[in-house]
Amino acid sequence: MGLFKMPSLGADMEAGKLVEWMIAPGDEVKKGDTVAVVETQKGAIEIETFEAGTVGKLLVEVGETVPVGTPLAEIGDMSVEAAVPAHEAVPEPEPGPIAPPAPVAAPTLIRAGRHRASPAARKLSAEKGIDLSAIKGTGPGGAVTSRDLEGTHKAAGQKAASASGVDFTEMRKAIGRAMARSKREIPHYYLRHQIDLRAASSWLDEYNGSREPSGRLLMGALLVKAVALSLKQFPDMNGFYENDAFTPSDAIHCGVAVAVRGGGLIAPAVHDTDGLPLGDLMAAMRDLVARVRAGGLKGSELSDPTITITSLGDRGVDEVYGVIHPPQVAIVGFGTVEERPLAADGTLVAAPTVIATLAADHRVGDGRRGALFLREIEKLLQKPEAL
Amino acid sequence: MNIPMTPEALRRVFEEELLNIAPDASFDGVAEDADLRDVLDLDSMDIMNLVIALHDRLGLDIPDKDAAQLVTIKGAVDYLSSKD
Repeated sequence: MGLFKMPSLGADMEAGKLVEWMIAPGDEVKKGDTVAVVETQKGAIEIETFEAGTVGKLLVEVGETVPVGTPLAEIGDMSVEAAVPAHEAVPEPEPGPIAPPAPVAAPTLIRAGRHRASPAARKLSAEKGIDLSAIKGTGPGGAVTSRDLEGTHKAAGQKAASASGVDFTEMRKAIGRAMARSKREIPHYYLRHQIDLRAASSWLDEYNGSREPSGRLLMGALLVKAVALSLKQFPDMNGFYENDAFTPSDAIHCGVAVAVRGGGLIAPAVHDTDGLPLGDLMAAMRDLVARVRAGGLKGSELSDPTITITSLGDRGVDEVYGVIHPPQVAIVGFGTVEERPLAADGTLVAAPTVIATLAADHRVGDGRRGALFLREIEKLLQKPEAL
Repeated sequence: MNIPMTPEALRRVFEEELLNIAPDASFDGVAEDADLRDVLDLDSMDIMNLVIALHDRLGLDIPDKDAAQLVTIKGAVDYLSSKD
Protein backbone atom coordinates (compact mmCIF):
# COMPACT_ATOMS: atom_id res chain seq x y z
CA MET A 1 0.00 0.00 0.00
CA GLY A 2 1.23 3.47 -0.64
CA LEU A 3 3.17 5.42 -3.12
CA PHE A 4 4.87 4.11 -6.19
CA LYS A 5 8.04 6.17 -6.58
CA MET A 6 10.68 6.86 -9.19
CA PRO A 7 13.18 4.13 -8.37
CA SER A 8 16.93 4.44 -8.31
CA LEU A 9 18.33 2.16 -10.99
CA GLY A 10 21.92 2.44 -9.94
CA ALA A 11 24.41 4.80 -8.38
CA ASP A 12 24.57 6.86 -11.52
CA MET A 13 20.87 7.69 -11.73
CA GLU A 14 19.57 10.97 -10.37
CA ALA A 15 16.37 11.42 -12.30
CA GLY A 16 14.23 9.61 -14.83
CA LYS A 17 11.72 10.58 -17.48
CA LEU A 18 8.35 8.87 -17.43
CA VAL A 19 7.67 7.83 -21.03
CA GLU A 20 4.76 5.46 -20.60
CA TRP A 21 2.11 4.44 -18.10
CA MET A 22 1.04 0.82 -18.35
CA ILE A 23 -1.66 1.30 -15.73
CA ALA A 24 -4.65 3.54 -15.32
CA PRO A 25 -6.62 4.59 -12.23
CA GLY A 26 -8.82 1.72 -11.11
CA ASP A 27 -6.54 -1.06 -12.41
CA GLU A 28 -5.60 -3.87 -10.05
CA VAL A 29 -1.89 -4.57 -9.82
CA LYS A 30 0.18 -7.06 -7.89
CA LYS A 31 3.73 -6.91 -6.67
CA GLY A 32 6.18 -7.31 -9.54
CA ASP A 33 3.81 -6.11 -12.27
CA THR A 34 5.35 -3.77 -14.80
CA VAL A 35 3.53 -0.48 -14.42
CA ALA A 36 5.59 2.15 -16.22
CA VAL A 37 8.45 2.73 -18.61
CA VAL A 38 11.10 5.19 -17.54
CA GLU A 39 13.73 6.62 -19.83
CA THR A 40 17.14 6.71 -18.19
CA GLN A 41 20.65 7.11 -19.49
CA LYS A 42 20.60 3.34 -19.90
CA GLY A 43 17.62 3.43 -22.22
CA ALA A 44 13.96 2.70 -21.58
CA ILE A 45 13.49 0.53 -18.51
CA GLU A 46 10.32 -1.28 -17.48
CA ILE A 47 9.55 -0.47 -13.87
CA GLU A 48 7.84 -2.96 -11.57
CA THR A 49 5.73 -2.04 -8.57
CA PHE A 50 6.47 -3.28 -5.09
CA GLU A 51 3.01 -2.22 -4.03
CA ALA A 52 -0.17 -4.18 -4.68
CA GLY A 53 -3.79 -3.15 -4.91
CA THR A 54 -5.92 -0.72 -6.81
CA VAL A 55 -4.27 2.10 -8.72
CA GLY A 56 -5.32 5.51 -7.46
CA LYS A 57 -4.16 8.80 -8.91
CA LEU A 58 -1.29 9.02 -11.38
CA LEU A 59 0.84 11.86 -10.04
CA VAL A 60 3.27 12.41 -12.90
CA GLU A 61 2.48 13.04 -16.52
CA VAL A 62 4.08 11.18 -19.39
CA GLY A 63 7.02 13.26 -20.59
CA GLU A 64 7.96 14.64 -17.17
CA THR A 65 11.48 14.19 -15.79
CA VAL A 66 11.52 13.85 -12.01
CA PRO A 67 14.19 13.07 -9.38
CA VAL A 68 14.63 9.60 -7.93
CA GLY A 69 12.16 9.08 -5.07
CA THR A 70 9.41 11.26 -6.48
CA PRO A 71 5.96 9.68 -6.00
CA LEU A 72 4.62 8.62 -9.39
CA ALA A 73 1.31 7.03 -8.48
CA GLU A 74 -0.91 5.94 -5.63
CA ILE A 75 -1.28 2.19 -5.44
CA GLY A 76 -3.28 0.25 -2.88
CA ASP A 77 -4.54 1.42 0.45
CA MET A 78 -3.69 5.10 0.83
CA SER A 79 -5.38 5.50 4.20
CA VAL A 80 -2.07 5.32 6.04
CA GLU A 81 -0.39 7.78 3.74
CA ALA A 82 -1.05 11.45 4.07
CA ALA A 83 -2.81 12.95 1.13
CA VAL A 84 -0.23 13.22 -1.57
CA PRO A 85 0.69 16.74 -2.41
CA ALA A 86 1.84 17.73 -5.82
CA HIS A 87 5.19 16.12 -6.46
CA GLU A 88 7.21 19.30 -6.29
CA ALA A 89 6.64 19.33 -2.53
CA VAL A 90 8.29 15.96 -2.06
CA PRO A 91 11.66 16.18 -0.37
CA GLU A 92 14.52 14.98 -2.47
CA PRO A 93 15.60 11.62 -1.08
CA GLU A 94 19.15 11.47 -2.38
CA PRO A 95 21.84 13.64 -0.90
CA GLY A 96 24.01 15.59 -3.25
CA PRO A 97 23.12 17.61 -6.25
CA ILE A 98 20.13 16.58 -8.24
CA ALA A 99 20.19 17.54 -11.84
CA PRO A 100 17.43 19.89 -12.77
CA PRO A 101 14.81 18.24 -14.90
CA ALA A 102 16.18 17.86 -18.37
CA PRO A 103 14.53 20.21 -20.77
CA VAL A 104 12.01 18.26 -22.74
CA ALA A 105 12.40 19.40 -26.29
CA ALA A 106 8.92 18.60 -27.42
CA PRO A 107 6.67 17.43 -24.61
CA THR A 108 4.36 15.73 -27.04
CA LEU A 109 5.28 12.14 -26.35
CA ILE A 110 2.79 9.79 -27.75
CA ARG A 111 1.53 7.15 -25.42
CA ALA A 112 3.05 4.00 -26.76
CA GLY A 113 0.76 1.37 -25.33
CA ARG A 114 2.15 -1.91 -24.06
CA HIS A 115 4.73 -2.22 -26.73
CA ARG A 116 8.22 -3.53 -26.68
CA ALA A 117 10.59 -1.37 -28.63
CA SER A 118 14.32 -1.17 -29.03
CA PRO A 119 15.92 1.88 -27.45
CA ALA A 120 16.61 3.18 -30.94
CA ALA A 121 13.00 2.84 -31.96
CA ARG A 122 11.71 4.40 -28.78
CA LYS A 123 14.03 7.36 -29.17
CA LEU A 124 13.24 7.79 -32.83
CA SER A 125 9.51 7.54 -32.26
CA ALA A 126 9.67 10.21 -29.57
CA GLU A 127 11.75 12.49 -31.76
CA LYS A 128 9.53 12.06 -34.78
CA GLY A 129 6.20 11.77 -33.04
CA ILE A 130 5.55 8.26 -34.33
CA ASP A 131 2.93 6.22 -32.48
CA LEU A 132 4.67 2.95 -31.58
CA SER A 133 1.38 1.21 -30.95
CA ALA A 134 0.57 1.52 -34.63
CA ILE A 135 3.73 -0.29 -35.69
CA LYS A 136 4.09 -4.04 -36.04
CA GLY A 137 7.44 -4.97 -34.55
CA THR A 138 9.72 -7.45 -36.25
CA GLY A 139 12.39 -7.56 -33.56
CA PRO A 140 12.80 -10.17 -30.82
CA GLY A 141 9.50 -10.80 -29.02
CA GLY A 142 7.72 -8.51 -31.48
CA ALA A 143 9.79 -5.53 -30.40
CA VAL A 144 9.58 -2.52 -32.65
CA THR A 145 13.01 -1.69 -34.05
CA SER A 146 14.23 1.41 -35.77
CA ARG A 147 14.06 -0.61 -39.00
CA ASP A 148 10.31 -0.97 -38.53
CA LEU A 149 10.03 2.78 -38.39
CA GLU A 150 11.78 3.34 -41.68
CA GLY A 151 9.33 4.59 -44.23
CA THR A 152 6.89 5.40 -41.47
CA HIS A 153 8.46 8.77 -41.14
CA LYS A 154 11.53 9.37 -43.13
CA ALA A 155 13.28 12.60 -42.57
CA ALA A 156 15.32 13.47 -45.61
CA GLY A 157 18.64 11.69 -45.62
CA GLN A 158 18.49 11.02 -41.92
CA LYS A 159 19.89 7.82 -40.47
CA ALA A 160 17.38 5.87 -38.41
CA ALA A 161 19.18 6.36 -35.12
CA SER A 162 22.43 5.45 -33.49
CA ALA A 163 23.13 1.77 -33.96
CA SER A 164 21.73 0.47 -30.69
CA GLY A 165 19.55 3.44 -30.01
CA VAL A 166 20.69 4.47 -26.58
CA ASP A 167 21.71 8.07 -26.24
CA PHE A 168 25.43 7.35 -26.07
CA THR A 169 26.33 10.81 -24.86
CA GLU A 170 24.01 10.50 -21.89
CA MET A 171 25.04 6.93 -21.18
CA ARG A 172 28.70 7.91 -21.28
CA LYS A 173 28.03 10.73 -18.83
CA ALA A 174 26.23 8.34 -16.49
CA ILE A 175 29.04 5.78 -16.66
CA GLY A 176 31.56 8.55 -16.09
CA ARG A 177 29.74 9.80 -13.01
CA ALA A 178 29.42 6.34 -11.47
CA MET A 179 33.02 5.38 -12.20
CA ALA A 180 34.40 8.71 -10.97
CA ARG A 181 32.47 8.25 -7.74
CA SER A 182 33.83 4.70 -7.48
CA LYS A 183 37.43 5.76 -7.96
CA ARG A 184 37.00 8.70 -5.58
CA GLU A 185 35.33 6.77 -2.77
CA ILE A 186 36.35 3.12 -3.06
CA PRO A 187 39.91 2.08 -2.22
CA HIS A 188 40.27 -0.67 -4.80
CA TYR A 189 42.76 -3.50 -4.58
CA TYR A 190 43.49 -5.73 -7.58
CA LEU A 191 44.44 -9.37 -8.07
CA ARG A 192 44.95 -11.58 -11.10
CA HIS A 193 45.06 -15.33 -11.42
CA GLN A 194 45.40 -17.63 -14.44
CA ILE A 195 42.92 -20.50 -14.39
CA ASP A 196 43.38 -23.81 -16.20
CA LEU A 197 40.26 -24.50 -18.26
CA ARG A 198 41.22 -27.88 -19.73
CA ALA A 199 38.61 -29.74 -17.69
CA ALA A 200 35.94 -27.10 -18.31
CA SER A 201 36.64 -27.00 -22.07
CA SER A 202 36.54 -30.77 -22.48
CA TRP A 203 33.35 -31.02 -20.47
CA LEU A 204 31.79 -28.17 -22.48
CA ASP A 205 32.71 -29.80 -25.82
CA GLU A 206 31.10 -33.03 -24.76
CA TYR A 207 28.04 -31.31 -23.33
CA ASN A 208 27.47 -29.19 -26.44
CA GLY A 209 28.31 -31.99 -28.85
CA SER A 210 25.22 -33.95 -27.96
CA ARG A 211 22.79 -31.04 -27.93
CA GLU A 212 20.86 -28.95 -30.38
CA PRO A 213 22.05 -25.34 -30.58
CA SER A 214 19.38 -23.98 -28.22
CA GLY A 215 20.52 -26.32 -25.46
CA ARG A 216 24.21 -25.50 -25.69
CA LEU A 217 26.27 -23.53 -23.21
CA LEU A 218 28.93 -20.87 -23.54
CA MET A 219 31.99 -20.92 -21.31
CA GLY A 220 30.70 -17.61 -19.92
CA ALA A 221 27.87 -19.43 -18.16
CA LEU A 222 30.35 -21.71 -16.37
CA LEU A 223 32.43 -18.73 -15.29
CA VAL A 224 29.40 -16.87 -13.92
CA LYS A 225 28.16 -19.95 -12.09
CA ALA A 226 31.57 -20.56 -10.53
CA VAL A 227 31.64 -16.99 -9.22
CA ALA A 228 28.11 -17.28 -7.85
CA LEU A 229 28.85 -20.53 -6.01
CA SER A 230 32.12 -19.15 -4.64
CA LEU A 231 30.27 -16.18 -3.19
CA LYS A 232 28.48 -18.50 -0.79
CA GLN A 233 31.78 -18.83 1.02
CA PHE A 234 32.80 -15.23 0.48
CA PRO A 235 29.84 -13.10 1.56
CA ASP A 236 32.29 -10.23 2.08
CA MET A 237 32.43 -9.86 -1.73
CA ASN A 238 28.65 -9.88 -2.15
CA GLY A 239 26.64 -6.91 -0.94
CA PHE A 240 26.59 -3.17 -0.54
CA TYR A 241 28.74 -0.56 1.16
CA GLU A 242 26.51 2.31 2.22
CA ASN A 243 26.60 4.86 5.05
CA ASP A 244 30.08 3.79 6.14
CA ALA A 245 29.11 0.17 6.62
CA PHE A 246 29.09 -3.02 4.58
CA THR A 247 25.94 -5.10 4.49
CA PRO A 248 26.32 -8.53 2.93
CA SER A 249 23.45 -9.66 0.76
CA ASP A 250 21.64 -12.91 1.51
CA ALA A 251 20.79 -13.26 -2.16
CA ILE A 252 23.40 -13.67 -4.88
CA HIS A 253 22.41 -11.56 -7.88
CA CYS A 254 25.34 -11.46 -10.29
CA GLY A 255 25.35 -8.39 -12.50
CA VAL A 256 26.58 -9.44 -15.92
CA ALA A 257 28.16 -6.67 -17.96
CA VAL A 258 26.60 -6.58 -21.43
CA ALA A 259 27.99 -4.40 -24.20
CA VAL A 260 25.49 -2.16 -25.91
CA ARG A 261 26.16 -2.40 -29.62
CA GLY A 262 27.99 0.67 -30.76
CA GLY A 263 29.25 1.62 -27.31
CA GLY A 264 28.16 1.64 -23.71
CA LEU A 265 27.70 -0.97 -21.07
CA ILE A 266 24.86 -2.20 -18.87
CA ALA A 267 25.24 -4.78 -16.10
CA PRO A 268 21.79 -6.13 -15.21
CA ALA A 269 21.35 -8.84 -12.59
CA VAL A 270 20.73 -12.52 -13.09
CA HIS A 271 18.60 -13.06 -10.01
CA ASP A 272 19.61 -15.85 -7.59
CA THR A 273 22.45 -16.89 -9.87
CA ASP A 274 23.78 -19.51 -7.46
CA GLY A 275 20.56 -21.55 -7.59
CA LEU A 276 20.25 -21.74 -11.37
CA PRO A 277 21.25 -24.95 -13.17
CA LEU A 278 23.67 -24.15 -16.02
CA GLY A 279 21.00 -24.51 -18.71
CA ASP A 280 18.71 -22.07 -16.92
CA LEU A 281 21.59 -19.68 -16.29
CA MET A 282 22.51 -19.72 -19.97
CA ALA A 283 18.88 -19.02 -20.90
CA ALA A 284 18.74 -16.18 -18.39
CA MET A 285 21.93 -14.65 -19.78
CA ARG A 286 20.66 -14.92 -23.36
CA ASP A 287 17.42 -13.28 -22.32
CA LEU A 288 19.23 -10.43 -20.58
CA VAL A 289 21.46 -9.74 -23.57
CA ALA A 290 18.43 -9.72 -25.86
CA ARG A 291 16.61 -7.27 -23.64
CA VAL A 292 19.62 -4.99 -23.23
CA ARG A 293 19.59 -4.69 -27.01
CA ALA A 294 15.89 -4.79 -27.86
CA GLY A 295 14.41 -3.09 -24.82
CA GLY A 296 12.46 -4.56 -21.92
CA LEU A 297 14.96 -4.45 -19.06
CA LYS A 298 13.26 -4.32 -15.70
CA GLY A 299 14.06 -1.84 -12.98
CA SER A 300 14.86 -4.52 -10.42
CA GLU A 301 17.46 -6.03 -12.73
CA LEU A 302 19.34 -2.75 -12.77
CA SER A 303 19.00 -1.85 -9.12
CA ASP A 304 19.91 -5.03 -7.31
CA PRO A 305 23.09 -6.70 -8.60
CA THR A 306 25.15 -7.67 -5.57
CA ILE A 307 28.42 -8.05 -7.51
CA THR A 308 29.42 -7.47 -11.14
CA ILE A 309 31.11 -9.88 -13.55
CA THR A 310 32.70 -8.54 -16.70
CA SER A 311 33.82 -10.96 -19.36
CA LEU A 312 35.64 -9.88 -22.51
CA GLY A 313 34.38 -12.75 -24.66
CA ASP A 314 36.20 -14.23 -27.61
CA ARG A 315 37.50 -11.05 -29.20
CA GLY A 316 39.03 -9.46 -26.14
CA VAL A 317 42.48 -9.40 -24.59
CA ASP A 318 44.19 -11.31 -21.81
CA GLU A 319 42.83 -9.54 -18.79
CA VAL A 320 40.46 -6.83 -17.63
CA TYR A 321 40.63 -4.80 -14.43
CA GLY A 322 37.17 -3.60 -13.56
CA VAL A 323 36.01 -0.55 -11.67
CA ILE A 324 33.63 -1.43 -8.85
CA HIS A 325 30.07 -0.26 -9.38
CA PRO A 326 29.04 1.41 -6.14
CA PRO A 327 27.52 0.51 -3.75
CA GLN A 328 28.81 -2.97 -4.68
CA VAL A 329 32.18 -4.00 -3.27
CA ALA A 330 33.70 -6.26 -5.92
CA ILE A 331 33.95 -6.87 -9.64
CA VAL A 332 35.32 -10.07 -11.17
CA GLY A 333 36.86 -9.85 -14.64
CA PHE A 334 37.50 -12.60 -17.15
CA GLY A 335 39.75 -12.06 -20.14
CA THR A 336 39.50 -13.97 -23.38
CA VAL A 337 39.71 -17.76 -23.11
CA GLU A 338 42.74 -18.78 -25.15
CA GLU A 339 45.48 -21.36 -25.36
CA ARG A 340 48.41 -20.22 -23.25
CA PRO A 341 51.55 -21.84 -21.90
CA LEU A 342 50.71 -23.73 -18.74
CA ALA A 343 53.11 -25.53 -16.47
CA ALA A 344 51.43 -28.66 -15.19
CA ASP A 345 52.80 -31.85 -13.69
CA GLY A 346 56.37 -30.84 -14.44
CA THR A 347 55.83 -30.10 -18.12
CA LEU A 348 54.90 -27.11 -20.19
CA VAL A 349 51.73 -27.51 -22.25
CA ALA A 350 49.51 -25.31 -24.37
CA ALA A 351 46.16 -25.24 -22.64
CA PRO A 352 42.93 -23.25 -22.70
CA THR A 353 43.11 -20.81 -19.84
CA VAL A 354 41.38 -17.69 -18.64
CA ILE A 355 42.88 -14.91 -16.59
CA ALA A 356 40.54 -13.98 -13.79
CA THR A 357 40.91 -10.65 -12.03
CA LEU A 358 39.32 -9.20 -8.98
CA ALA A 359 38.90 -5.58 -7.98
CA ALA A 360 37.56 -5.38 -4.46
CA ASP A 361 36.90 -2.78 -1.78
CA HIS A 362 39.62 -2.40 0.87
CA ARG A 363 37.09 -0.97 3.31
CA VAL A 364 35.56 -4.44 3.47
CA GLY A 365 38.57 -6.74 3.33
CA ASP A 366 42.11 -7.39 2.23
CA GLY A 367 43.88 -9.02 -0.69
CA ARG A 368 44.27 -12.26 1.20
CA ARG A 369 40.49 -12.78 1.15
CA GLY A 370 40.38 -11.80 -2.47
CA ALA A 371 43.07 -14.34 -3.31
CA LEU A 372 41.16 -17.11 -1.57
CA PHE A 373 38.05 -16.07 -3.46
CA LEU A 374 39.79 -16.36 -6.85
CA ARG A 375 41.28 -19.71 -5.78
CA GLU A 376 37.79 -20.97 -4.94
CA ILE A 377 36.53 -19.94 -8.40
CA GLU A 378 39.47 -21.83 -9.89
CA LYS A 379 38.71 -24.91 -7.80
CA LEU A 380 35.06 -25.00 -8.87
CA LEU A 381 36.00 -24.70 -12.54
CA GLN A 382 38.06 -27.90 -12.26
CA LYS A 383 34.82 -29.82 -11.67
CA PRO A 384 32.50 -28.36 -14.27
CA GLU A 385 30.04 -31.23 -13.95
CA ALA A 386 29.27 -30.04 -10.42
CA LEU A 387 28.50 -26.45 -11.40
CA MET B 1 13.77 -34.09 -49.56
CA ASN B 2 13.50 -30.38 -49.89
CA ILE B 3 14.77 -28.74 -53.00
CA PRO B 4 18.21 -27.26 -52.23
CA MET B 5 18.13 -23.51 -51.80
CA THR B 6 20.14 -21.29 -54.10
CA PRO B 7 23.11 -19.41 -52.64
CA GLU B 8 21.12 -16.20 -53.11
CA ALA B 9 18.23 -17.58 -51.07
CA LEU B 10 20.57 -18.81 -48.35
CA ARG B 11 22.19 -15.42 -48.23
CA ARG B 12 18.79 -13.78 -47.76
CA VAL B 13 17.96 -16.16 -44.93
CA PHE B 14 21.32 -15.54 -43.31
CA GLU B 15 20.95 -11.78 -43.50
CA GLU B 16 17.38 -11.89 -42.21
CA GLU B 17 18.39 -13.92 -39.19
CA LEU B 18 21.35 -11.65 -38.52
CA LEU B 19 19.03 -8.66 -38.60
CA ASN B 20 16.83 -10.31 -35.99
CA ILE B 21 19.89 -10.48 -33.75
CA ALA B 22 21.27 -7.03 -34.58
CA PRO B 23 18.07 -5.20 -35.56
CA ASP B 24 19.74 -1.89 -36.24
CA ALA B 25 22.52 -3.36 -38.39
CA SER B 26 23.03 -2.61 -42.05
CA PHE B 27 24.74 -4.73 -44.69
CA ASP B 28 25.33 -1.83 -47.02
CA GLY B 29 28.92 -1.94 -48.18
CA VAL B 30 29.87 -4.94 -46.03
CA ALA B 31 32.49 -7.01 -47.87
CA GLU B 32 31.80 -10.69 -48.52
CA ASP B 33 34.77 -11.74 -46.46
CA ALA B 34 34.56 -9.13 -43.70
CA ASP B 35 34.39 -10.52 -40.18
CA LEU B 36 30.83 -9.72 -39.16
CA ARG B 37 31.79 -9.84 -35.51
CA ASP B 38 33.89 -6.75 -36.12
CA VAL B 39 31.59 -5.03 -38.60
CA LEU B 40 28.36 -5.57 -36.69
CA ASP B 41 29.86 -5.75 -33.20
CA LEU B 42 28.68 -9.31 -32.57
CA ASP B 43 29.76 -11.33 -29.56
CA SER B 44 29.73 -15.05 -28.81
CA MET B 45 26.15 -14.84 -27.57
CA ASP B 46 25.07 -13.30 -30.87
CA ILE B 47 26.81 -16.08 -32.82
CA MET B 48 25.12 -18.66 -30.63
CA ASN B 49 21.73 -17.05 -31.30
CA LEU B 50 22.52 -17.02 -35.03
CA VAL B 51 23.33 -20.75 -34.99
CA ILE B 52 20.09 -21.44 -33.12
CA ALA B 53 18.07 -19.38 -35.61
CA LEU B 54 19.64 -21.01 -38.68
CA HIS B 55 19.20 -24.45 -37.17
CA ASP B 56 15.53 -23.80 -36.47
CA ARG B 57 14.83 -22.19 -39.82
CA LEU B 58 16.77 -24.47 -42.14
CA GLY B 59 16.68 -27.65 -40.10
CA LEU B 60 20.43 -28.05 -40.43
CA ASP B 61 22.72 -29.64 -37.91
CA ILE B 62 25.35 -27.00 -37.13
CA PRO B 63 27.94 -28.39 -34.69
CA ASP B 64 29.45 -25.97 -32.21
CA LYS B 65 32.86 -26.10 -33.89
CA ASP B 66 31.39 -24.99 -37.23
CA ALA B 67 30.06 -21.71 -35.86
CA ALA B 68 33.36 -20.05 -36.79
CA GLN B 69 32.44 -20.50 -40.46
CA LEU B 70 29.39 -18.29 -40.07
CA VAL B 71 31.21 -15.08 -39.28
CA THR B 72 31.55 -13.85 -42.88
CA ILE B 73 28.82 -13.62 -45.50
CA LYS B 74 30.81 -15.73 -47.96
CA GLY B 75 31.78 -18.29 -45.33
CA ALA B 76 28.20 -18.61 -44.19
CA VAL B 77 26.72 -19.01 -47.67
CA ASP B 78 29.37 -21.59 -48.62
CA TYR B 79 28.84 -23.50 -45.40
CA LEU B 80 25.06 -23.46 -45.59
CA SER B 81 25.20 -24.49 -49.28
CA SER B 82 27.40 -27.44 -48.40
CA LYS B 83 24.95 -28.58 -45.74
CA ASP B 84 21.73 -27.94 -47.63
